[in-house]
This record gives sequence, structure tokens and C-alpha cells, in this order.
Amino acid sequence: MDLRRKALRKQWGRAARTAVAMAALAATGALAQQKSAIEEIEKYRAALGDGNPAELWEARGDAIWKEKRGPKKASLEQCDLGLGPGVVRGAYTVLPRYFADTGKVEDLESRLVSCMVMLQGFTPEQAKKDPFGGPGKKVPMDALVAFITSESRGLPMKVAGTHPKEVEAYDLGKQIFYHRGGPYDFSCATCHGVNNQRIRLQDLPNLENPRDAKKAYTSWPAYRVSQGEVRSFQWRLYDCFRQQRFPELEFASPASVALTMYLAKNANGGIFDAPAIKR
Amino acid sequence: MKTMKMLAIPAAILALAGCATSPSQEELRANAIAMMKVSFKESGQAKLDRIDQDDMQRLCSQFVGDKVMPKEVSEKLEKAQQALIKYPADGKMVGDWKQGERIAQSGVGKQFTDDPKTPAGGNCYACHQLTQAELSYGTIGPSLYHFAKLRGYGEQIQRYAWGKVYNSQAFSACSSMPRFGHSQILTEEQIRHVVALLMSPDSPVNK
Repeated sequence: MDLRRKALRKQWGRAARTAVAMAALAATGALAQQKSAIEEIEKYRAALGDGNPAELWEARGDAIWKEKRGPKKASLEQCDLGLGPGVVRGAYTVLPRYFADTGKVEDLESRLVSCMVMLQGFTPEQAKKDPFGGPGKKVPMDALVAFITSESRGLPMKVAGTHPKEVEAYDLGKQIFYHRGGPYDFSCATCHGVNNQRIRLQDLPNLENPRDAKKAYTSWPAYRVSQGEVRSFQWRLYDCFRQQRFPELEFASPASVALTMYLAKNANGGIFDAPAIKR
Repeated sequence: MKTMKMLAIPAAILALAGCATSPSQEELRANAIAMMKVSFKESGQAKLDRIDQDDMQRLCSQFVGDKVMPKEVSEKLEKAQQALIKYPADGKMVGDWKQGERIAQSGVGKQFTDDPKTPAGGNCYACHQLTQAELSYGTIGPSLYHFAKLRGYGEQIQRYAWGKVYNSQAFSACSSMPRFGHSQILTEEQIRHVVALLMSPDSPVNK
């Protein structure tokens, strides 16, 4: 543990130095060539890729998965994530999917809520209460998501999407993806429907393009350096809609699951490679 | 009921779009909107009515991916949006480019985390190159560097710049650009400054 922390700190030092170099470069303003700015950012990203604090979330999630919690004082170890009770390895690659016990299509986060209700005796409100961590607040959900997704690393995405309810979720998710609304007239496709575009200097994946769709979906959840948190796919959608100037997306809501179904199935065949690390 | 709904759809769109407006597609859209209504909650200034769509938003959500909007439909849409542009009563369209630059840099506005009392920015740099000094610009929209130097500084171009910022849909149906005036994101005063950033001979955009 100590060694790993030391190694991480070393990498952070390098990332920080690159960041300082970037700032210095930015200060030279018009003199700097834009090409070299992008190269510096690429170096910064490469430096970040060496070590990932998400491992700390993964370890915590592993412990929470086994911990007896809730009114029933039960662990989540018998939770069926889609490949049978207690099977974690590869489970994220088949989600979202239809679950007969709830009669619903569920993504990882909404499935965890169901398991917390069914196995541990929490109310749905209690299970959904703290969906995302923040400054000084570490929540079980982020840790569980980090642990479970890490158990699918290196495996290809293979969302079935064949049950009538799964087909329905996919079709509705696609509608939501293209739904323009709000004061800015944005839909998901406004930023994620064209190849090789950036917002400021941030590259935007074209989620209509299979190559980008696979690369993007398989890189969430991710440790966000700028926030010091592991961010789940539910958080990714929540914050996209915030920037889209929409109202607040409710955690594990039907629209969030349908949209995830659309994006996850379009990533089929992509090799899952998360929790990742991002700016 | 279904017949009533069909009648309400402009005949031109019906005839041209055929399967895009077939009942099953309409049902799917209605179900998706119903699903969104129960999946979002109002927060701060962002109320649930933001999910509702006007004509432009509805049409531009339908002709996506491989479905190309017929020319007749896009021309009709642009005309309808042109009629919604308000030009300044005093005819003064060019303000202070320095204030325009600050507006172009700011991405604040209309998010549920934003204070509605804080004036919104235009966030132009998110999508456009404008000046040589700012390297951190997006590529969703075209480069606007040398905007007036290339097009001219005359009143006609000023009027075009005003209209484009006020309501981009009037010039290019289903553009990705927000309708900054029409949707009351920027005030008339702010639009004047943004137009100055594009139009003033002193502006770094034209240097």
C-alpha cells in the first residue's frame, strides 16, 4: 500500500510538472504554436495514465460488497448482476439488461439499488440517497461501481438487448439521445454526433460512430483528476444534462437507464478498460 | 384522436417525411418524452418545461442520423425563425469589443447550478476560434477569425452578425448554435458587444 502510494505521488509530481509547463506555455500566449499546446496536453494525459487513484475506490468497494449492511444485516454477495447471484467478473459487460425479479431493465447503479432493497432491506429512497461523492464525502455507491466495473477490465462489451423490454429501452434511449430542448436547444448529439470535434480543447467522441462509441463507453467510470473523485456512468449522464441546460437527471431513473442501454449496446465489441483516469 | 393529431402536422412535412411521422414513430417520441418527464426533476432555474419542445426543436430532433431534412422543410423553418429576430430599435448594433471578448470567454448561464441573477456568457470560444491570442477554442462551429476583415465592415454584415447571434436557426436550420437573443440567453446590450467583437476594426478578431 505504502509503495503504491509512493509510486502514485511520484506520478502526480510528474503530472503536476507537466501542468506547470502547460501553464507557462499558455502564458506565452500568441507566441505559442497551437500544435505544441496540444502536444503538451497529450503529454499531460499520458503522465496521468501511469497510476490511477481509482484503485483506492475499487478496494473500498470490494470491502463494502462483502460487508453486512442495512436492516437485514446482509452483504451484497448474493446480488445477481446479470450473470447469476454473486458473479461479479464480467457482469458490467452485459449491463444494462432485463431482470425478471424487478420486471425492469437495469444498469449497474439501478441494479445495485434493487439489491440493496431486496437483500439488505434498505428503502429505495435510502439506497438512492447519496449517488455521487463530493468534497469530504465518500459514498458506498461510487466504491461499489469502481469495484464491480474493475472486474470487467479487459473483457469485450456484450449487451444482449434482445428482450422486448431491452429493445424498448434501446429505442427510447435513442430518442432521448436526439431530443433537442432547453434554452440552448441542445441534445446529446449536438456535442456527440460529429467526428473530430472539440469543445475548447476537449475532444468530443462521436457516439454515432462505432469506433468512438466503444472507446468512450469503455472508459467510464473514471477518476476525475480535477474533482478528485471516481465518477460513474450515471454521473457522466447527470453532468452532461446539466451542461445541456436540462433539469436535474434523477439517479437510476428510467431515462438514465434507457440512454445507458442505447450507448452501452452501441459499444458492443469494445474492450472494457475502466475505471479510467481523466483530466 | 389519431386523425386529429395527423391533421395538426403540416401537410408538407407529412408528405415528405412519410415514415418519420408514421404512428409508431410518433408513439415512440411521445413515450420518450413521457419517460423524460418522470426522470428529471426541477432544480434551481431549470424547470421541467425545458423538456418540452418548440417547432424547431421538434423538427430538428426528427431529422437526425441518416434522415436528411427535406429542403422545403428547412427553408420553411428558417423563414419562421427569421420572423422571430428582433433588431435593435435604435439601429445600433455594434458595442464594445472588449466587453464582447469577456462574454465570449464566459460559459456561465442557465445551468441548474448557475445563479440566475448572474448574467450569462456567450461561451463563443467553446465552439469557435475568434482571436489569435486564445488557443483554447473548440471546433464545433467554424473559425470566426478575421470575421469582418473577410466579409466587410458594412451595415449589411453587421445586420447579419446580429441576426446570427440572435437566432442562428434563421440562417441554418438545425444549427448546433443556441439562439442567444430569441432564447433570452444574452441581453440586447450583450449581443451588441459580441457583434462588436466580430465587427469592430479594432477587435483582435480582425487583426
